[in-house]
Amino acid sequence: MAFLTELSRAVESLLGDTVLDSVQSRGELTIVVDAGLIVDVCTTLRDNTDTCFEQLIDLCGVDYSTYGEQDPPRAWQGARYAVVYHLLSVKHNHRLRVKTFLNDDMPMVASVIDVWPCADWFEREAFDLFGIVFEGHPDLRRLLTDYGFIGHPFRKDFPLSGYVEMRYDVEKGRVVYEPVSIEPRTLVPRVIREDSFGHRDS
Amino acid sequence: MVTEIRNYTMNFGPQHPAAHGVLRLVMELDGEVIERIDPHIGLLHRATEKLAESKPFNQSIGYMDRLDYVSMMCNEHAYVMAIEKLLGVSPPIRAQYIRVMFDEITRILNHLLWLGAHGLDIGAMTVFLYCFREREDLMDCYEAASGARMHATYYRPGGVYRDLPDTMPQYEPSKFRSRGKLAELNATRQGSLLDFIWAFTERFPGCVDDYETLLTENRIWKQRTVDIAIVPPETALARGFTGAMLRGSGIEWDLRRKQPYEVYDKLDFDIPVGTNGDCYDRYLCRVEEMRQSNRIVRQCVEWLRNNPGPVMVDDAKLIAPRRETMKRDMESLIHHFKLFTEGFCVKEGEVYAAVEAPKGEFGIYLISDGANKPYRLKIRAPGFAHLSALDAMCRGHMLADVVAVIGTQDIVFGEVDR
Repeated sequence: MAFLTELSRAVESLLGDTVLDSVQSRGELTIVVDAGLIVDVCTTLRDNTDTCFEQLIDLCGVDYSTYGEQDPPRAWQGARYAVVYHLLSVKHNHRLRVKTFLNDDMPMVASVIDVWPCADWFEREAFDLFGIVFEGHPDLRRLLTDYGFIGHPFRKDFPLSGYVEMRYDVEKGRVVYEPVSIEPRTLVPRVIREDSFGHRDS
Repeated sequence: MVTEIRNYTMNFGPQHPAAHGVLRLVMELDGEVIERIDPHIGLLHRATEKLAESKPFNQSIGYMDRLDYVSMMCNEHAYVMAIEKLLGVSPPIRAQYIRVMFDEITRILNHLLWLGAHGLDIGAMTVFLYCFREREDLMDCYEAASGARMHATYYRPGGVYRDLPDTMPQYEPSKFRSRGKLAELNATRQGSLLDFIWAFTERFPGCVDDYETLLTENRIWKQRTVDIAIVPPETALARGFTGAMLRGSGIEWDLRRKQPYEVYDKLDFDIPVGTNGDCYDRYLCRVEEMRQSNRIVRQCVEWLRNNPGPVMVDDAKLIAPRRETMKRDMESLIHHFKLFTEGFCVKEGEVYAAVEAPKGEFGIYLISDGANKPYRLKIRAPGFAHLSALDAMCRGHMLADVVAVIGTQDIVFGEVDR
């Protein structure tokens, strides 16, 4: 992938030591940057003519706490949370993934809403689902979950069935919330097989 | 006398026919002019991404249909493409043509529903009925290929579930239908699915002409759409617009052409682009896209007629064995058992796979830690970015224009709320 190497070189010469890690894999380029510098990095990537990432295609949170749990050598050592930015340049027709890792107890990162206005809802969603706080976001409310919802449901320690269930109570004449009554169950356990399992070659 | 100035705060939805699902808007109005809109979404949130993380890879394909439930196969396409990218397999060429053909059929399906609903919202009743007439035929194509009229689960990692059928289901005699009517209904159903699709593509451009006769030069239609919600190209980019929303603003960007996947680089089609970035231009773009999709479908049908072949990769660790072999071959039985109890493990890594869905760029960001289930699945829905710009697009417009803007954005809550 010649153009990836070229893009990687352009990004690295532009950002210098800010790039903590740079990976090319499956035709995609991923860079890891420090969370404190995210706004500067994004502004540079958007404004420089060599990169020109006019579009933030996607922004999402990731919780790495149970990554590779079934195969101890792969278990995750780094920070628990990550915010992943997918950038697209319409002018140059290339994509870039920017990742930044956040510390465990109070995940916080600066908002990129001033760089790309569409970050608004993406950041609200990541806040809602992962509890990642975006500093400088003017209106960081919950977006997808119910009014008055407690907790951050996409964290790996949040059960799939949740904590409360809801029904209409005829006597009270309104909707009531109660502790969830179904038992959590796993139909298919999560397993990690080594790559050569069953002689799959490729 | 000083006129008293009053601002209203008004609630719209969540149950409102023009809300295209469950959208709740809290609007601040100055008289009839919109000052601010605060959309409340999430009423259809089903945590698809978290559910997918708790299931083997091959069990989530059906969920993808239910995201944007009017462009089902395009959603599946992005998902299976992401898995294929991680696995490093590529489907046989015939499967790629079938996928492209069904992607374009899906695009026509989506645009027909959009046109009908958008027309209905802003005062054109007739076109809705016409659109649904053609949708019916395309649903039959879905049914003939996959067995389901909407939620097909037809695409699989490594190809498509089965090859196209050689016969079409026929209408049966009934006392409510005359023999002549029956023959007319079954006239295009005498041959294979491909013949049926071919007959559809022969007549469809004429149908699009009909819709255009009803709308394009219609005075009321133009009054409701021209110069409504103009989006300049810079704003469209900054707001994360994709698909027809971006092309309507004059930016020629289409993943099928710019970052071609499957066999789009071998097909001949044009990308319509708007100039003013208003609702009318986006309407014109989508109508032209239907004609272009029709062209692509025709090219695919011609190719598929002449090139039989496999539609699935030959990989026992990925694809379930055929029923007959499973019954007599021990190894196939084990494969079958393993695939349906545990699924297949996908190599460690992360990918982003995007397709040009009818509404815009539909992307799947998939992180695998090497297990039989995704570690993290993020669905990038085009409608999510579009709806987040609703406030910016509506400010200063009249209350009645809000439904025109919701219509032009082609919002479907299955994908916005996920």
